[in-house]
Amino acid sequence: MNDLSNASRRKFLKAGAVVGGGLVIAFTVPLARRFAGGGEATPAAPATAPAANAFLRVGSDDSVTVLIAHSEMGQGIWTALPMLIAEELDANWSRVRVEHAPAAPVYAHTVFGMQMTGGSSSTWSEFERYRQAGATARALLVQAAAKQWGVAPADCRVENGVISSGSHSARFGELAEAANALTAPEKVALKEPKDWKLIGKATKRLDTPEKITGRAIFGMDVKFDGLLTAVVARPPVFGATVKSYDAAKAKALPGVRAVVQVPSGIAVVADHFWAAKQGRDALAVEWDLGPNAKLDTAALKAEFQRLADTPGLVAAEAGDPAAALKQAARTLKADYHVPYLAHAPMEPLNATVKIDPDRCEIWAGTQFQTLDQMVAAQITGLKPEQVQIHTTFLGGGFGRRATPTSDFVSEAVHVAKAAGQPVKTVWTREDDVRGGYYRPAYLHRVQIGVDDKGMPSAWQHAVVGQSILVGTPMEPMMVKDGIDATSVEGVADSPYLKGIAAHRVDMHSPKTGIPVLWWRSVGHSHTAFVMEGLIDELALAAKQDPVAYRRALLKDHPRHLGALNLAAEKAGWGTPLPKGHARGIALHESFGSIVAQVAEVSVQDGSIRVHRVTCAVDCGIAVNPAGIVAQLESGVAFGLSAALHSRLDFQEGRVQQSNFHDYVVLRLGEMPQVDVHIVPSTEKPGGVGEPGTPPVAPAVANALAALTGQRLRELPLRLA
Amino acid sequence: MKLTVNGTAHEVDAPPDMPLLWVLRDLVGLTGTKFGCGMAQCGACTVHLDGTAMRSCVTPAAAAADKSVTTIEGLSPDGSHPVQRAWAELDVVQCGYCQSGQIMSAAALIATNAKPTDADIDSALSGNLCRCGTYLRIRAAVHRAAELSKA
Repeated sequence: MNDLSNASRRKFLKAGAVVGGGLVIAFTVPLARRFAGGGEATPAAPATAPAANAFLRVGSDDSVTVLIAHSEMGQGIWTALPMLIAEELDANWSRVRVEHAPAAPVYAHTVFGMQMTGGSSSTWSEFERYRQAGATARALLVQAAAKQWGVAPADCRVENGVISSGSHSARFGELAEAANALTAPEKVALKEPKDWKLIGKATKRLDTPEKITGRAIFGMDVKFDGLLTAVVARPPVFGATVKSYDAAKAKALPGVRAVVQVPSGIAVVADHFWAAKQGRDALAVEWDLGPNAKLDTAALKAEFQRLADTPGLVAAEAGDPAAALKQAARTLKADYHVPYLAHAPMEPLNATVKIDPDRCEIWAGTQFQTLDQMVAAQITGLKPEQVQIHTTFLGGGFGRRATPTSDFVSEAVHVAKAAGQPVKTVWTREDDVRGGYYRPAYLHRVQIGVDDKGMPSAWQHAVVGQSILVGTPMEPMMVKDGIDATSVEGVADSPYLKGIAAHRVDMHSPKTGIPVLWWRSVGHSHTAFVMEGLIDELALAAKQDPVAYRRALLKDHPRHLGALNLAAEKAGWGTPLPKGHARGIALHESFGSIVAQVAEVSVQDGSIRVHRVTCAVDCGIAVNPAGIVAQLESGVAFGLSAALHSRLDFQEGRVQQSNFHDYVVLRLGEMPQVDVHIVPSTEKPGGVGEPGTPPVAPAVANALAALTGQRLRELPLRLA
Repeated sequence: MKLTVNGTAHEVDAPPDMPLLWVLRDLVGLTGTKFGCGMAQCGACTVHLDGTAMRSCVTPAAAAADKSVTTIEGLSPDGSHPVQRAWAELDVVQCGYCQSGQIMSAAALIATNAKPTDADIDSALSGNLCRCGTYLRIRAAVHRAAELSKA
């Protein structure tokens, strides 16, 4: 390194030391116009000037800080988005740092038009934008270097955070200030896939150091002087309201500062959680139970069954299935059921709110920043831009932290407002399990006709269950002609149905008073179980191998076939197993990816044991194969909890389960070996956070059918 | 009440029945130990009391008064405990919320069992839930931590 650059570095470092945070380059990139999800981007992002430093900062200390517009909830976006920037920037990966971006219009989802994390969409929806951000920064740094050295930008090389040309060489940090003064180019060229060094390389998570030392800050861990904690007494029945309450005993407890009424119930505000919890337990609240006091799961099921035999809204239709059924060689009629489910993320819900005359600050592990901001603005009378959201790490999300009503955030704003002090509102586990926003229960009633070769020739399918979207701000955008696509996704658009000339899907969206929500994989969490169970039933009835049967039905779907064949091959489909073991297969497309899984099961002392799940995933370009493997393992575990254990029941309007002793989820000893195989692909990236969940319940059910002859059509799976 | 946490003595003003978890989090200010269920069902609150893994959410503060409490923050000064190294090596964490408890349970196991079997691990960590399903890596990382401990 020559004297000049050494001198420059000293000067820059000094300048950096003076400002404290290092030198930064600040720029923004426009929204990409076309996205992997298809269609044009919603021009919902307001035309106001985007915030500076929107996506990355290069510090004089050579650090590259990436601001991620999405929430890290375990899915690894904290690593995948920085990979996209570092790839185009040719950064030194070991100097990459990550922060959650603030809530601002510039961070709106490139397709959904608001700042949010969900739908397994973060990687594919940011694939252009984050690479462009990296390429723009690279161009600026190169321009700064070229100017300094009097060479052409084309004669500069960038590698590992160092720019060089001939005998010149400088690290990013040395050029950051000069680059900051330049104007960003209008257009930058992105690398050809053949030149990728990071994209496609299995890369370890960047958030591990803080998560193995207790330093990671989740919403629950937010603390500052003067912060109080609240625990809220909520209605025992959905929709119940406070008739009267007596807070005398609660107020007498040491540490309790205030008892305030908010729309969702009565909040006890105290110095710390334990005092608030004791205070909440000491409250005497009389409730007006309202219209849902008789809610009962068995009655709901009967009502769903009644509805299934009535005509519903038509979600898909071709030919004349009623006539085709009459002509069928044989018919199959089956009901499939799935229960209400809680997400039960390990971190119970919470949010911290501090309200000042001119602003409201919120600290929360949230998936829906824009809606939280709007709702908080309404409650406080502030403008949305006066509501600052500090996104913390999320101790699991699975959809629960993406509520269209902003339930847990808005409640915390109400509590802080009523208390007149900064308050962290914390839910107990019981509050979380009983707090609603569940995966809706569903009934599928299906009649299938098969031809003399056992192949389906008629398919009539009724789907009965609550709509997630009706009544939310997303309804106008996502519900068409009364059809909530999330209720029937995986059925109405099934590749199997497309190949059957006569089919019809009816749907009913009964209203029950139970708040429902997307739960990891949304509609696919039940439709895969139903479709893959039925296809397996048909294969067995036709005395055909389930893999061969699927191959025949999916002959026009090469990507499905690719995943199916890879899973079957890697699982050793058809090869001998230990006595008492059997395999089952299932295949499902969701969120732009296709996942096939082979489950190997046995029954020990009447209990279902899942020994191994072999997965094949086609998710298009694999940005971070290590993250994909982890997400598939995770999806299997999440799906197995529902396949084997979890359910919520209502009696007399009340949720019967309350904590992990009766809302049962998978434990370590039950975790099968999971092998993940990624189908090599140059297709646009698909999602990976959710697609691993849908196939596992049917794969296990199909294996059990092979092993025991019992066809289980209800979750959680229970052997007779 | 006097409490020794990670080698440091603290004087805390806590009712004797206040769970150790909340004393650690809200009074001592160590938030690495997590609240997950409040009834010893999930293990997120696991700490060591004189080296033994305990669920701090159901342990009254008074029960810890004369004992040495170790939390995730005190397991090593710099994340270099063999369990932490193994966790990093095998890229175990996802959301991370349960991992303090998982790591504390694992550290207590390998402190008394130099070469745990799968069954030993499943048994020692069966009380630690993970909704992200990092179980496979947890099991593998405990084996790896046992190896690293010997080195």
